[in-house]
Order: sequence, then C-alpha cells, then structure tokens
Amino acid sequence: MTEQTVQDRIAQEIKDNDVVLYMKGTPVFPQCGFSAAVVQVLNQLGVKFHGVNVLDDPALRQGIKDFTNWPTIPQLYVKGEFVGGCDIVREMAQSGELQDTLKQKGVEMENAA
Amino acid sequence: MAIQAHEIEKLIKEGISDATVQIHDMAGDGEHYAVYVTSPAFEGKSRVQQHQMVYQALQGRMGEELHALALQTAVPKS
Repeated sequence: MTEQTVQDRIAQEIKDNDVVLYMKGTPVFPQCGFSAAVVQVLNQLGVKFHGVNVLDDPALRQGIKDFTNWPTIPQLYVKGEFVGGCDIVREMAQSGELQDTLKQKGVEMENAA
Repeated sequence: MAIQAHEIEKLIKEGISDATVQIHDMAGDGEHYAVYVTSPAFEGKSRVQQHQMVYQALQGRMGEELHALALQTAVPKS
C-alpha cells in the first residue's frame, strides 16, 4: 500500500468503528506488555473495541505513527479522535477521566461503575 | 541501543522551557525509563499535546533507542 492509502485506511477505520485500538498482537493474544495493558483496561470497563494488529502490516505500523504524530504503539481512538497511548489511557482510567470521555462520546460500557 | 538518563534529561530540558525532569531507570539497562516532566509550558495543553511536546524534544529517539518510556506530564502546582 502506498503511504496515502494507509492514511486513508486509518481515517476510514476510526470513522467506521467507535473504539479502535492499534496494537501489537491481537486483543486475545497481545504481543507487547503496553498493548496488553490497554486491552485489559478496555476489557475491565466492558468496552467493545476493534483491535488492529500493526505487526501484520509494516506500512500500517509506520503509518499509524505518522497519522497522529505519535511515536509509539498502542494507540487508542474513540469516535475518530486519538485519546492516547498506554500511559495516558492507564492514567485516565485510574482518575475516571476515561470513563467520562467514553460516556460523553456515547460509547457503551458494560461494567461502568 | 541504550541511552543515558542524563541525555534524556538534557534533551527534554533543551526542548521544553523551564521543565523539571525526574527519571527512573526501571530495569537498570538504559532502555526502560519512567519519566515525569513538569513545565509551565504544558498549561492549557491536553495530555496528548503535552506528551507530544516531550516526544518532540526527544527528536525521534522515542520508538528507536528508547523502547520503553513511561511518561507522565503535569503543569507545576503553583
């Protein structure tokens, strides 16, 4: 895929899915501790999300970093907006901010407190 | 490839005005750091923007030499 099609693919993907996690490995079998940590946060809240394994596609692995000008993976998007990587997501989940953001954006949480 | 803690501190301080930097080498191998940065320059910025400023200051080392940098940023409490 050319650079532009990768960027278009990402734009479409985060438009079509409420919650998208670009990660190393899959939600069932994460292949990096940071990706696993974000999966765990989302699972605990009972949020349905679309996991995309960047290890399947080198162009995507680089492309997602360029897309948001963010150097690391995982990257979490909610309703088309970049929320953060592992550190930010964990910090926001601890403070309750993540839950507020999801609620505000109308994302369903099965285990919301 | 490892990077020294003081190099990280120097880069961040050069890139962000009045930054205070606390660094903890988590594994002692020069590759896994926890960094806490505060700066008045973060005022009014989202967390994502604050982290992007730190990554910017690290000039592309993040994701390369630095595999793991647990990052926390804050505006200093006055």
